[in-house]
Amino acid sequence: MSAISASEKVDGFTRKSVRKAQRQRRSQGSSQYRTQSAPVELSPLPQLKDAPSTEQQELFTQKLQQCCILFDFFDSVLDLKSKEIKRATLNELVEYVSTNRGVLQESTYPEITNMIITNIFRALPPSDNPDFDPEEDEPTLEAAWPHIQLVYEFLLRFLENPDFQPSIAKRYIDQKFVLQLLELFDSEDPRERDFLKTILHRIYGKFLGLRAFIRKQINNIFLRFIYETEHFNGVAELLEILGSIINGFALPLKAEHKQFLMKVLIPLHTAKGLALFHAQLAYCVVQFLEKDPTLTEPVIRGLLKFWPKTCSQKEVMYLGEIEEILDVIEPTQFKKIQEPLFRQISKCVANPHFQVAERALYFWNNEYILSLIEENIDKVLPTMFGSLYRISKEHWNPTIVALVYNVLKTLMEMNCTLFDELTSSYKADRQREKKKEQERDELWKKLDELKLSNTTLVQNNSHGLQNNNNNNNNNSNNNIGNQDDGTDTASVAATTSDDNNPTGK
Amino acid sequence: MAGADGDDSLYPIAVLIDELRNEDVQLRLNSIKKLSTIALALGVERTRTELLPFLTDTIYDEDEVLLALAEQLGNFTMLVGGPEYVHCLLPPLESLATVEETVVRDKAVESLRKISQEHSPVDLEVHFEPLVKRLASGDWFTSRTSACGLFSVCYPRVSSTVKAEIRQHFRTLCSDDTPMVRRAAASKLGEFAKVLELDYVKSDIISLFTALASDEQDSVRLLAVEACVSIATLLPQEDLETLVMPTLRQAAEDKSWRVRYMVADKFSELQKAVGPEITKNDLVPAFQNLLKDCEAEVRAAAANKVKEFCENLPEDNREQIIMTHILPCVKELVSDTNQHVKSALASVIMGLSTILGKDNTIEHLLPLFLAQLKDECPEVRLNIISNLDCVNEVIGIRQLSQSLLPAIVELAEDAKWRVRLAIIEYMPLLAGQLGVEFFDEKLNTLCMAWLIDHVYAIREAATCNLMKLVEKFGAEWAQNTIVPKVLGMANDPNYLHRMTTLFCINALSEACGQEITTKQMLPVVLKMSNDQVANVRFNVAKSLQKIGPVLDNNALQTEVKPVLEKLASDQDMDVKYFAQEAISVLPLA
Repeated sequence: MSAISASEKVDGFTRKSVRKAQRQRRSQGSSQYRTQSAPVELSPLPQLKDAPSTEQQELFTQKLQQCCILFDFFDSVLDLKSKEIKRATLNELVEYVSTNRGVLQESTYPEITNMIITNIFRALPPSDNPDFDPEEDEPTLEAAWPHIQLVYEFLLRFLENPDFQPSIAKRYIDQKFVLQLLELFDSEDPRERDFLKTILHRIYGKFLGLRAFIRKQINNIFLRFIYETEHFNGVAELLEILGSIINGFALPLKAEHKQFLMKVLIPLHTAKGLALFHAQLAYCVVQFLEKDPTLTEPVIRGLLKFWPKTCSQKEVMYLGEIEEILDVIEPTQFKKIQEPLFRQISKCVANPHFQVAERALYFWNNEYILSLIEENIDKVLPTMFGSLYRISKEHWNPTIVALVYNVLKTLMEMNCTLFDELTSSYKADRQREKKKEQERDELWKKLDELKLSNTTLVQNNSHGLQNNNNNNNNNSNNNIGNQDDGTDTASVAATTSDDNNPTGK
Repeated sequence: MAGADGDDSLYPIAVLIDELRNEDVQLRLNSIKKLSTIALALGVERTRTELLPFLTDTIYDEDEVLLALAEQLGNFTMLVGGPEYVHCLLPPLESLATVEETVVRDKAVESLRKISQEHSPVDLEVHFEPLVKRLASGDWFTSRTSACGLFSVCYPRVSSTVKAEIRQHFRTLCSDDTPMVRRAAASKLGEFAKVLELDYVKSDIISLFTALASDEQDSVRLLAVEACVSIATLLPQEDLETLVMPTLRQAAEDKSWRVRYMVADKFSELQKAVGPEITKNDLVPAFQNLLKDCEAEVRAAAANKVKEFCENLPEDNREQIIMTHILPCVKELVSDTNQHVKSALASVIMGLSTILGKDNTIEHLLPLFLAQLKDECPEVRLNIISNLDCVNEVIGIRQLSQSLLPAIVELAEDAKWRVRLAIIEYMPLLAGQLGVEFFDEKLNTLCMAWLIDHVYAIREAATCNLMKLVEKFGAEWAQNTIVPKVLGMANDPNYLHRMTTLFCINALSEACGQEITTKQMLPVVLKMSNDQVANVRFNVAKSLQKIGPVLDNNALQTEVKPVLEKLASDQDMDVKYFAQEAISVLPLA
């Protein structure tokens, strides 16, 4: 926060580059240093490798305890000597657990986890920049990284040690541990998130008892991200882990997993910062569809529901994801979804933003999609024709017009007769639409008049009883109806006959 | 329902429903926004029997449509036949309350809360309360979240058995599996506590409050702080120490800065809720800690509360507490490393002078004001200047004026135009407090310099500032000090400056009165009608229109009219246009 000067806040028009330059001054944050009172001076312990093997474990424990002392990294000159001692010790510990066998005795587990917990679990500091844009801005780096990095490294080596026993460790690496680990994924420091990703993956692999819990908590993080805060730095990393988790799901998929897909992954597409994790998200979605193709229809309907209305950049991402889905779609599934899908695609093709239009038109370069279209040309062509025909005459961008011509040509070759029919009925269709539009307008005009006369009536009667008012309302309905029934009924009737599917669904 | 058949033939529901189902979202949205019109057309009975079932079944739609629907249904009571039938609205709203999108859900809950008041006590138990129970035990978190907002509206109006059930449901939701629901419950805890009987507040609410305040998620804990205010207000003083304070102390030292921030942010409310004794013993040290917190966010939130906190301290030893406990922390904050902290402090620190009185202000606060007036961050200086009135009352502004001047001058010349704009806006206030002599001597030049600023917004604000100054100091002062300078600019080689003369005249003529306007300003305006820049000429026409009402008829006929007629035949289109407009508006005929 402190990096933006107040005068900048007063002047709303600073360039990002200026702000960035200013932020360079302090791009480190940490709220680790808080509860410690007077700093403790560390004195170096003997090297582990020099100690006799009988004393090694004792020394190992001492060193673990020594590393529980935390230092203030904001003040870069404070406790330099002690900081260096801790760094060297941590390095030695990493070395020790990764190269030696038999060092993980049961009694050391609590010491190890305690050291890890003390060092890495902390309340993340407030973001330096309240409107941090991960795509544009430099992240705030963790100031205590020289130590924290080594602790992460140590945790990873600990988990990967061949002697590591989940049955003992699960007493310490429990739900609470995992919960705090997951909170850290919000760290702005990408180096930290990268470590966390690998570590969580290992934990998920080794602790069967924690798997459901981890999935549920990730669920909660995503739901909070989507519906409450719209802010969480580690979405991409968590999705990456999920990608490989989904890969391992057994068939048939459990209801829990399907719910995760429909109620969490699909709504994740609505996030403002979609660009940051779209690749990972699309991968997860496609993984699901490869597992269970019957999910295709609900997934595509979900995407259509959340289709971006104003953000062209996101629309291009959605189109990319649709293409990925179409690459693996089964022809039977395609038939189920083709009409709504191509209605959307036809809108995209007609998008005034040429990148959106272009991305949609590229579908016609995809052999597999072409074959699906050809198979269902009688459905796809009528859906697409209007837009394509209009765009071929109206789009401002010559590249798009050229692409549209090619697409029209391809479609024509697929079914020449249908194409000719559509061309000749194009005008008539447009006119029918226009007429329908007019009728709607008239209908609403009548309805509005009705409302107007009702409100005046209510106002006139305002001292009367509520119930009386009601009756008057009803009466006035009739009056209006009787007054100008002739024309009115006719037009309404026309609308109904045009589209004859009343109430039912 | 006489005449329902007539409706039938005229507005078949199918047509209306087609409108609600249109393929184009925008059209669907338009139709749903006019849902009341549709209901009116159908009449109350068919709204109940046909429209509402349809709406209940089509809940799968775009969130925007659903939002509009949720809002409409809150005002539908009369359209379904009045309070007697209001429960017909519950099914669609129930579905909407389970939707994922938060805004839709919140709106549905809002509408449900609204129509709950229109239910008779019997209907509330027969229809509304079962709905709340269904939501509270729903599978997906969304329905449980929505339920949290509905308990408090039905609790006061149901029988004691049902009340017990409601309390039980609320308790369950407070320990829900998902943090989303716990957050919703925590945010409604205070509201729910208010409708509960005191015994239940003590037996039920306190344990829930304590549990939520030590939740594993900080996002839940911080909401408990908010609830703390309402709960503390409800409890008798003697129970606060045992029931509330342990939790509050813990929150003030929470390891998450978000929770501490919340405590700082709600500090004044908390202070009022717990009363003077606890404030003295507990809140003062807690406040000191927050002012010294390691996170700038927390310090800034606490700094914002300094004045209010001090004001609300018990009067008997207020001064002593401030001097020994609060002021030392405040002194440190003046040189804080974070400018948000400093500017938060600067926006309230002046308020302390009224509390501490003249002598303390001069001895202890004045050095702090002066230090902040010299702060490197313009926002800090601005905040001090904008609150000068508080000090003025206590020690008079003279004490400050020596330091004030350099600060003002520096801000007046700041590179950021928004800073310059901000200081201009304080000029009339400053002028009032510093008096006309000081102003003429020190600030007048600044005010004139802004007239030739290269940013239009500044020139505009400077013009407006002059008007306010004239209103303050009078026409005579204007005639002697500013009018000559303004009029002098009419001969400036830069046409933008010449136009500024016109803008100033527009602003000043009324305040200066007929004589100055006619004798001094009008000749200059008229002369400028020969300017070679068309923009100046059409602004002459505009100015004449503007000052016309101040002039007497003679001047209008003999001087203004010929010039406007000349301009009306100008070769420039815009000049012609504005001249003609002026002619038609002014009484020239």
